[in-house]
Amino acid sequence: MINKDSRIVLEVKNLKAVVAGVEILKGVDLTVRAGEVHAIMGVNGSGKSTLSKVLAGHPDYTVTGGTAMFEGKDLFTLEPEERARAGLFLAFQYPVEIPGVSNSALLRLAYNTLQNERGLEELDPLEFDDLVQEKIKVVEMDPSFLNRSVNEGFSGGEKKRNEILQMAILEPKLAILDETDSGLDIDALRIVANGVNSLLSPDNAVVMVTHYQRLLNYIVPDFVHVMSAGRIVKTGGKELALELEARGYDWLKEAA
Amino acid sequence: MQAPATLTKEQCYEQLLHGKPIDTDGWLEAIRTEAQYRAQALNFPAERHDDWRLTDLSSLFQHTFKPVDSLAQLSLADIENFLIPESIRLVIVDGCYAAKLSDRRLSSSGVTVSSLVERVNDSKIERNFSRLAQFEQDAFAALNTRFFEDGAFVHIASEVNKPIHILNIATKREAASAIYPRCLVVVEPNSRATLIEEYAGLHDGINFTNAVTEVVLKDHARLHHVRVQREEKSSFHIGNCSVEAAKGSVYDSTALAFGGRVSRHNLHVTLKEEGAEATLNGLALIAGRQIADTHTKIDHAAPGCKSNQLHKCIADGSAHAIFSGKIMVHIGASGTDSVQSSRNLLLSGKAHIDAQPQLEIFNDDVSCKHGATIGQIDADALFFLKSRGLTEERARNLLTHAFAAEIIDKVPVPFLVESLSKTILDERMKGIV
Repeated sequence: MINKDSRIVLEVKNLKAVVAGVEILKGVDLTVRAGEVHAIMGVNGSGKSTLSKVLAGHPDYTVTGGTAMFEGKDLFTLEPEERARAGLFLAFQYPVEIPGVSNSALLRLAYNTLQNERGLEELDPLEFDDLVQEKIKVVEMDPSFLNRSVNEGFSGGEKKRNEILQMAILEPKLAILDETDSGLDIDALRIVANGVNSLLSPDNAVVMVTHYQRLLNYIVPDFVHVMSAGRIVKTGGKELALELEARGYDWLKEAA
Repeated sequence: MQAPATLTKEQCYEQLLHGKPIDTDGWLEAIRTEAQYRAQALNFPAERHDDWRLTDLSSLFQHTFKPVDSLAQLSLADIENFLIPESIRLVIVDGCYAAKLSDRRLSSSGVTVSSLVERVNDSKIERNFSRLAQFEQDAFAALNTRFFEDGAFVHIASEVNKPIHILNIATKREAASAIYPRCLVVVEPNSRATLIEEYAGLHDGINFTNAVTEVVLKDHARLHHVRVQREEKSSFHIGNCSVEAAKGSVYDSTALAFGGRVSRHNLHVTLKEEGAEATLNGLALIAGRQIADTHTKIDHAAPGCKSNQLHKCIADGSAHAIFSGKIMVHIGASGTDSVQSSRNLLLSGKAHIDAQPQLEIFNDDVSCKHGATIGQIDADALFFLKSRGLTEERARNLLTHAFAAEIIDKVPVPFLVESLSKTILDERMKGIV
């Protein structure tokens, strides 16, 4: 939902970043306001996943230029955990398995960390269970997954649903979904998309990184950006995604 | 209370030989006399001794360990942190049986958990005592056999549903003390039980616990043997455990080492008859200047036996963890199935882990696998947890605990799993372990 007067959640200017000595981002500009849904598309290697990791603070990536303001804070002065506490959320493309850490324990630990940050009461395991039983409906997940180790033995779809469950619990101001649709069958895609849609509000925003237009049938973007060679080379409305589906990316490379 | 560092290894040993004479008679007296003779002939292991060359005992030699002179008067409140609900409990304080703190169980219910000395005339003790824990070449076992004051006798002749908890408590005394816990466990045919053998300290004492445990499994017996070593970080601990598994019996071991300035656990399992099985899970989680050494040996001495071992070491600070696990497949042990895995986690650049899986096979027709890995905290998992708002420290502790939990979770007593997990996380947050 576009509202030109709503507050700016994220403002990225001329962002450059390298990984292992190779420059991947070569000057990205992106402004995201509260209430908006953005899609970032592009071929493999265009830098779209790198952008999401850089914003979340992945240690393998080094910012070499530009700025990113998040909720009025300079994002690059914050540790990954501080970004999370400020309301940034990254749904991982490849969620990690953590044997020995139960899903419910992690969710509660993360939730209570944020509660602390916000000056609110922590929840004990029983109180938290009430909350999580409510939130789990958002992603239609079997409650038995709560007692299992984080993502261990989960299918691809279950892992992605688990990411969205974390998003539902943490209620971020900005959720970056890094190829959340990859590896999902159509049912899982619908469930994940419904989950995300139910969490959207005029107060938060979503940036989806994706290869395919398919996801955008379920989560309808206000803006579609196309990345190529480390820059956003074209921005349009949701119809741009359809055009990309029809024409591919090559015509934009030439434009860039 | 601490002796000057000028004490030599020989002087330290000499001091131990001047233990408190224990009066016994009959069959035990003969064994004690023999042990005395061997203890005098032996000494601490030489530095180049193959089984000890990685274990730096020098900090042990800096102390004078006196015999325990009197029974410390403890109440249940003093040890409440260690109590396990719904267990059959026997408490040994500084190597002495603490009747007041113990449950009394007699054979009528198919389980006996009692003082070893009180029942010394029981033929089951006489037949098995010091049979597995041989002291001819082992100074520590010889000293224990000579000087142990009392210990635990556990006899299982039924399916025992409650865990049996042998709680060895070391207290703080005027002088550093030499403590000799002793435990004999006999599991009769087709019987089964869970035994928790725990070593803990009170009030930061400097003690030297030198423990010997023997476990006899008769035909088709099953024992889950949990060993928890959480002595004070200033203490020294040497534990020898010898197990003999008869036909079709199943020995399950979960051995956890957290405490001690220097600790060593020797576990020797003999799969003596056809179809015996052993599962050995071990964990050492240490920090600071701690040294924790686990030496295991599994003898496949009969056909069709299985063994499965997973040992983990986690070392932080400038700690040194050692794992040496030998699996010996003897002539005639056809159809042996053995898996051994050593997995290790280094938490600091100054920590040190030695892992030595060893296989010796004198037989064809066997399936044996072993391997060892050593690594650090997974960077992806760390970033994931931080991206969910956890601090670096909290995330590292959670992942460390998770690595340990694979072993701790094998303890078949949920209360103990929970209390150990909580202790570890709390201590790590405080930077203790």
